[in-house]
Amino acid sequence: MIPTARLGLLRWARRRSPWIIHFNTGGCNGCDIELLAALTPKYDVERFGILLKGSPRHADILAVTGPVTNQTRDRLLRIYEQMPEPKYVIAIGTCAVSGAPFWDCYNVVGGVDKLFPVDVYVPGCPPRPEAIIQGFVKLLEKMEAEEDE
Amino acid sequence: MSGSTIKVIIGPQHPALKEPERFILETEGEYVVDVKVRIGYIHRGIEKAMENRTYLQGLYLSERVCGICSDAHTTCYVQGVEELLGVEPPPRSRFIRVVVAELERIHSHLLWLGIAAHEIGFDTLFMYVWRDREIVMDLLEIVSGNRVHYATNTIGGVRRDLNDEKIHKILKGLKTLEDRAKEYLKMIQKEQTVLKRTVNVGILSKSDAIKYGAVGPTVRASGVKRDVRADDPYAAYDEIPFNVIVEDGCDCLARIMVRSREVLESIHIIREALKRMPGGEIRVRVKPRIPPAEALSRVEAPRGELLYYIRSNGTDKPERCKIRTPTLANIPSLCKMLVGGYIADVPIVLAGIDPCFACMDRVLVIDREKREAKVWTLDMLRRYGREWYRKR
Repeated sequence: MIPTARLGLLRWARRRSPWIIHFNTGGCNGCDIELLAALTPKYDVERFGILLKGSPRHADILAVTGPVTNQTRDRLLRIYEQMPEPKYVIAIGTCAVSGAPFWDCYNVVGGVDKLFPVDVYVPGCPPRPEAIIQGFVKLLEKMEAEEDE
Repeated sequence: MSGSTIKVIIGPQHPALKEPERFILETEGEYVVDVKVRIGYIHRGIEKAMENRTYLQGLYLSERVCGICSDAHTTCYVQGVEELLGVEPPPRSRFIRVVVAELERIHSHLLWLGIAAHEIGFDTLFMYVWRDREIVMDLLEIVSGNRVHYATNTIGGVRRDLNDEKIHKILKGLKTLEDRAKEYLKMIQKEQTVLKRTVNVGILSKSDAIKYGAVGPTVRASGVKRDVRADDPYAAYDEIPFNVIVEDGCDCLARIMVRSREVLESIHIIREALKRMPGGEIRVRVKPRIPPAEALSRVEAPRGELLYYIRSNGTDKPERCKIRTPTLANIPSLCKMLVGGYIADVPIVLAGIDPCFACMDRVLVIDREKREAKVWTLDMLRRYGREWYRKR
């Protein structure tokens, strides 16, 4: 059991340092460079405490770009399982949302929500860095609302 | 050195950038002795999907093969289809194609320079370069209306015209970019942080570069003058004088130098193209059905020669569309560069060909004698590289 006071500290810390892990499941790099642009000086999501992490075990948010292909499907599930609770998923780009232009390709499973629940969808091909930032802000608001319950 | 080799598995998960891919490195001590590449994680079946789409729909799909060099893909595709149709795009549209292609080259090379700096642990340069890359992203947005997928090309010309206001903004932006690019070029040649990690690293000799069929900046960094823009001019490249940038270093520094100098050359090409641009129409209307024929189209993408082969069968859909991307052409030379090098140099050598998959998040180190497996992340590999060099 964690005492209530310490639980408050945990929530506070989590809200102010939502670290992300990024996985490209078969996208064209378009969303990836926009996500990276959002992390670099002009857009700078680091002001929300967001840092890009290399290991799923360090991350709170899984940022997925690209349609899920048959080859990356298992790897994506493994990354999702390796992340500690509570975990959040943000689908960046229309491909990750629904599979979009690759909807009928034989090697594409479809959107990320076919495998596990997604918290925030950021549509666009690719979404602008501003849209990605808004997606993150929406997710932070959602995290806050959940914790208040 | 005992006879035991250790397998280092890199990939397929990669959190920082780009697509998943796997490399299995056979290592002996600090040296890489063999490399196996396993590709195909990103396979979506685009070539097959092209057969189920009309030529115009295929254009938008070809743009989504790669988000970094999307304009090169559409240029190559529309050139192929125009050849099948026997249609000449209007002269003005050919110049607009050059402008967008060169803006894209600048964005791609700056992106790469930042990533290369990140791989050698020089994050300050990474952040500076990515800040300045936003200038060219803004220019691309002014020209095409989008930051990444420009959708400028269409079959028979281009979709958007350039007016005086846009041209003025482009020239203004290019001035700032030119100053910054010159500064980076000067800095790279002097800065020890860069030199210590790149000089004599990932050697690809001139004869090997030709033997393994390297393309793009990789082959030009090995002293071979090979550039589709000059060898087989397309769009308006035959009307614009420009230099093919060649370096003789054959190492990672030469690859950095080629790309940095190409940024300056691209700025020059854009200025010339804007100066020489004729007036008139930007697009001709074409028929949706194409009689049976076949066409081969080449363009110089930021990473090297991109090739499209398209065969039509009289309907409004292609019978076959084959795409060969420059990264695939560079993989044999990449394996050659890695063999004989240090493990610590793997990240920068991999980044050196500007791969469109650069995937090395997870490294699995297996000691065959002890039968132990350790999982390394890319961060660990990068840190290992930095530590190893610090000790030396």
